[in-house]
Amino acid sequence: MKEESRVMDREAMDKSLERIAHEIAEHIGPSDEVAIIGIKNRGAYLARRIADKIERIAKKKLSVGALDITLYRDDLTQVAAQPIVHATEIDFSIDNKKIILVDDVLFTGRTIRCALDALIDFGRPGRIQLAVLVDRGHRELPIKADYVGKNVPTGINEVVEVRLEEADGKDEIVLCRNKV
Amino acid sequence: MNKKFAWTRKDLLGLEYLSAEEIEFILYTAGSFKEVTTRQIKKVPALRGKTVVNLFYEPSTRTRASFELAAKRLSADVLNIAAESSSVKKGETLIDTGKNIEALKVDLIVVRHNCSGAPNILARAVSSSVVNAGDGWHEHPTQALLDMFTLKEKLGRIEGLNVSIIGDIAHSRVARSNIWGLTKLGAKVTVCAPGMLIPEGIEKMGVKATTDLEEALEGADAINVLRMQFERDVAVAFPSKFEYLKNYGITTERLAKCKKEIVVMHPGPINRGIEMSSEVADGKNSVILEQVTNGIAVRMAVLYLVSMANDNRKTNTKASLGA
Repeated sequence: MKEESRVMDREAMDKSLERIAHEIAEHIGPSDEVAIIGIKNRGAYLARRIADKIERIAKKKLSVGALDITLYRDDLTQVAAQPIVHATEIDFSIDNKKIILVDDVLFTGRTIRCALDALIDFGRPGRIQLAVLVDRGHRELPIKADYVGKNVPTGINEVVEVRLEEADGKDEIVLCRNKV
Repeated sequence: MNKKFAWTRKDLLGLEYLSAEEIEFILYTAGSFKEVTTRQIKKVPALRGKTVVNLFYEPSTRTRASFELAAKRLSADVLNIAAESSSVKKGETLIDTGKNIEALKVDLIVVRHNCSGAPNILARAVSSSVVNAGDGWHEHPTQALLDMFTLKEKLGRIEGLNVSIIGDIAHSRVARSNIWGLTKLGAKVTVCAPGMLIPEGIEKMGVKATTDLEEALEGADAINVLRMQFERDVAVAFPSKFEYLKNYGITTERLAKCKKEIVVMHPGPINRGIEMSSEVADGKNSVILEQVTNGIAVRMAVLYLVSMANDNRKTNTKASLGA
């Protein structure tokens, strides 16, 4: 049996992304070239949304990309089902750019480690920052987010599910735990 | 594409054994790897720490090089063994060679052999993954996959396409793998060659056979022109090389009567002026060099998928033994 409790609804999620976008926009200098790169799959949708908001707030055109990190994972043989390799879509140079890496949930930090490795294979960014919708704790690596939508304290066996319109038909975040 | 699909085979032995969904899945994965091959740093760490052995009992430059580059771009270590210079010469059997390679803790064996079915025997004997790089007249699955990948890239689909395979059908593993793959994905396949080079009963594979080139070219969305293998026994099938160009060679004049966007493929190496004129080989319909480029992406996908499936299989076996 799975028990779910809702952490965020559609409205709260939009507010949260709006706030992240404002924070990022505040830190964009006049000479900064900024690119928003989301980690597939859900991070890529969030990156698109945040980029749209920043473009509106800062009146500045951003490059937007999507990163597939499957080939960089260190736990490939530990996950039950084999993940599908999707294409990375970064059709611009990341050299010297300020990169905002976007993911839905920050947990152990291992995904971000993979993403950093993958990104650096594309060039030499001027700076990389991290934006996440949810930070649920339990880090296994020294990684910290620069922009956080919401801190959600969780138990190690709980699962934070971010559902997005683009992938799941509706926007919400739920905390799932197995009922004993 | 089905998001729940997972590749579970430790080997790739031929397209005959695969479902349409499995073939589509390889092609999709190859698309992701193609992006990797366009990067400035064309290397990902997916097979870091794995070793790939290219075990070639037949001479090959392009297929071996393609597999070697594919493995290296996945960060695997590669060892090349050419049978002419190995203990095979001293009488070692295929299974013994396989077991010895496995004892070297090798994860993947890419094998080319002049006997049909040799990779199947090897795959049963070892727990490493086995990938068929061409066996006798049987199959050359990665060639057919890269042909289909290129076709899909050019025309957007496979289903419903008219594809003609022209050349020595009887002795061609490329033809056989293409027929299996294309028909599974819903293409209409015609094979065309001089009568002696069309095996009897080929229609049972779901293709149309003809000795008339014009018939094969008419309405074709793509043609796959096979190499005349003079080093094998094809010379008996027609009087001279020039006779072949005259009757079966793809020339500018013949191409002019085809669909304007017809895709011209050839697995290489080309005999210019025999199965195809130079103008056609270098012309705007030709995708021959793109096939070579795509070959690396397709082989990366295959090596990656079989290796991951084999790792999962071993993990699951361990887990069930523990429980």
